[in-house]
Amino acid sequence: MPHDHDHPHDHDHRHGHDQPHRHPARPDQDDTITQWRAMEIAVRELLIDKGILSAEEVRRQVEEMDNRTPLQGARVVARAWTDPEYKKLLLSDGNAACEALGMEGGPYKLVVVENTEQVHNVIVCTLCSCYPRWLLGLPPDWYKSRNYRSRAINEPRDVLREFGTAVPDQVTVRVHDSTADMRYLVLPKRPAGTEGWAEEKLAALVTRDSMIGVAFAQNP
Amino acid sequence: MAAAEGISPQFRTGDRVAVRAAYPIGHVRTPYYIRGKHGVIERLCGAYGNPEELAYARPGLPKQPLYRVRFLQREIWPAYEGNPADTVDVEIFQHWLQPD
Repeated sequence: MPHDHDHPHDHDHRHGHDQPHRHPARPDQDDTITQWRAMEIAVRELLIDKGILSAEEVRRQVEEMDNRTPLQGARVVARAWTDPEYKKLLLSDGNAACEALGMEGGPYKLVVVENTEQVHNVIVCTLCSCYPRWLLGLPPDWYKSRNYRSRAINEPRDVLREFGTAVPDQVTVRVHDSTADMRYLVLPKRPAGTEGWAEEKLAALVTRDSMIGVAFAQNP
Repeated sequence: MAAAEGISPQFRTGDRVAVRAAYPIGHVRTPYYIRGKHGVIERLCGAYGNPEELAYARPGLPKQPLYRVRFLQREIWPAYEGNPADTVDVEIFQHWLQPD
């Protein structure tokens, strides 16, 4: 069973099983009150005290946020792969295309960029962590890291290589910096060998990372 | 001019523009690396409240036209080693752009 202590695992256990094997206690993750956390708690409690929000509404909103996953985005992509008219709509009006599938259109304008034989698109928000949450859920930690935010913009090919994504030299890499009021979704290339596949089966090949542009859709 | 309708767009897709090389204090959504650089309007995104005002709880009106501007990587980073056709698209508000 894995455990947290950092002594080597090839030691013998002569010290033994007749005495308790003490592991150092792992520190709690929730006991750091930073300035921002204190401010969030203070504002939240004030809003609740003043009757502007209820604790239940806050909880429900957090739950709703956590329930959004890249499955929504994958549905959109799979539909675009199988329906040329839908793809046209998705590329011209991303929000309307979300609504056409009975999903929320989203609070921001959605720009969808298509990967082709000639172009590979990558999304970054160099200033913070703008992300189409209604389609992909919460952004991964690396998307918010200073490393990704600073390097995706000026050495995207190295970053892609580190993600295991080899974009051929002759393909144009197009980075999109999500700096203001747009949110971006990459329409990955449909993998070869999926001809005739049904939408649901295709959607399973569409990963979160392929819709950020740091990976390709999975091969069948 | 009605403030709510915003300022009329000054640029069209394909126009060459330069980003102002200005460094005001405050909440600015024009990244440092793109200031003073030259690019081409990719599209007009619409009109949006000015974030430099909104950040301080002011109305941010009149709305500013917002564009996606396309830059060559080599224009931004002269030492860029990838394909010379590689680009960066950045959303930039009109008051940060001037004709080039």
